Amino acid sequence: MSDSPAIGETPLAIEHEARPELRHHFSDEQQQRNAASLGMWLFLGTEVMFFGGMFCGYLVYRRIYFPEFAVSSRSLDLVVGTLNTAVLICSSLTVAMSVRAAQTGNRKLQVPLLLATIFFGLVFLGVKGYEWNNKYKEHHIPTFDFSARDLMEKAGDRHVLGLDRISDSGQLQAREAEVQRHSQVFFSLYFALTGMHALHMVVGVGIFSVITWMAWKGAFTPEYHTPLEIAGLYWHFVDIVWIYLFPLLYLIDRRPGA
Amino acid sequence: MANHTQHIVSSKLYWLIWLILIIATFLTAWIATIDLGPFNTVVALVIATCKASLVALIFMHVKYTSEKMTRAIVISVVFWLLLLLVLSLTDYSSRFAG
Repeated sequence: MSDSPAIGETPLAIEHEARPELRHHFSDEQQQRNAASLGMWLFLGTEVMFFGGMFCGYLVYRRIYFPEFAVSSRSLDLVVGTLNTAVLICSSLTVAMSVRAAQTGNRKLQVPLLLATIFFGLVFLGVKGYEWNNKYKEHHIPTFDFSARDLMEKAGDRHVLGLDRISDSGQLQAREAEVQRHSQVFFSLYFALTGMHALHMVVGVGIFSVITWMAWKGAFTPEYHTPLEIAGLYWHFVDIVWIYLFPLLYLIDRRPGA
Repeated sequence: MANHTQHIVSSKLYWLIWLILIIATFLTAWIATIDLGPFNTVVALVIATCKASLVALIFMHVKYTSEKMTRAIVISVVFWLLLLLVLSLTDYSSRFAG
């Protein structure tokens, strides 16, 4: 028998028994929190590159087919797009406030704020669905009964597309067929980008449903609220993606009479 | 020695950031309807970058993090993204020239 204490009585074990939220392989809560958020940031880095590839494709085609992109962008609903951006910003505020409620140990405030986040997320998705339905009605879904006819009607749009400078009917037909093809590239990228973003929103609503349930159970304390914090990082990231999507898709060329 | 403190942002600052983001959203939509020539795109992207920076710095706590690795990752991510976009765009804009 040596006089060294049994494993269960070592100072380390005693310390951790007093702080059950601290996993044994971390030296303190600060390190534990930092490790979790660092891992989340690395994941978000891969997400940035994932969306970055699509943004890059968008920018290249926007350069090559600028007139078609400008005219197609104008067919999107600016008011609805702006309001939806505001909805998403409100959801980011409620996420930040719910993390704060966990940090300050305000359990009562967490669940309403998280429910508000889910509500804003669902409103955003609903409005997105409304916009996609409009695209369907306008025959602006690529390959699916797609028609760019309505993009070539207004005088301003015809000018941007260069249709008003063509007098030869054969050339005019060729250019119109070109517009039909090139505007499909815009709408393909529109659906790929907004679709991928919406998918991330659906995943976010799912994650926050679980987080809300955990908050309801009282899982989050000032010492330990890592799931809420890293889910918040994810939600803010999805918000940032939309912050770039909004001007790139909706605001290409909104100048009157251009 | 263990440091158990974490920075708690005041709710006043969160509301202020929210207000700035909302104003910037309506501002960028309004500016797009004014003819600035080629600067319309520049202004839209500058506003978007300011908004994204505010979300990352305040809402995502990048400004308050004590972890240098988090900052290193954020800076690297921006660098990788710019590498992807700038090199691809310089390639495509010079490829068909001449």
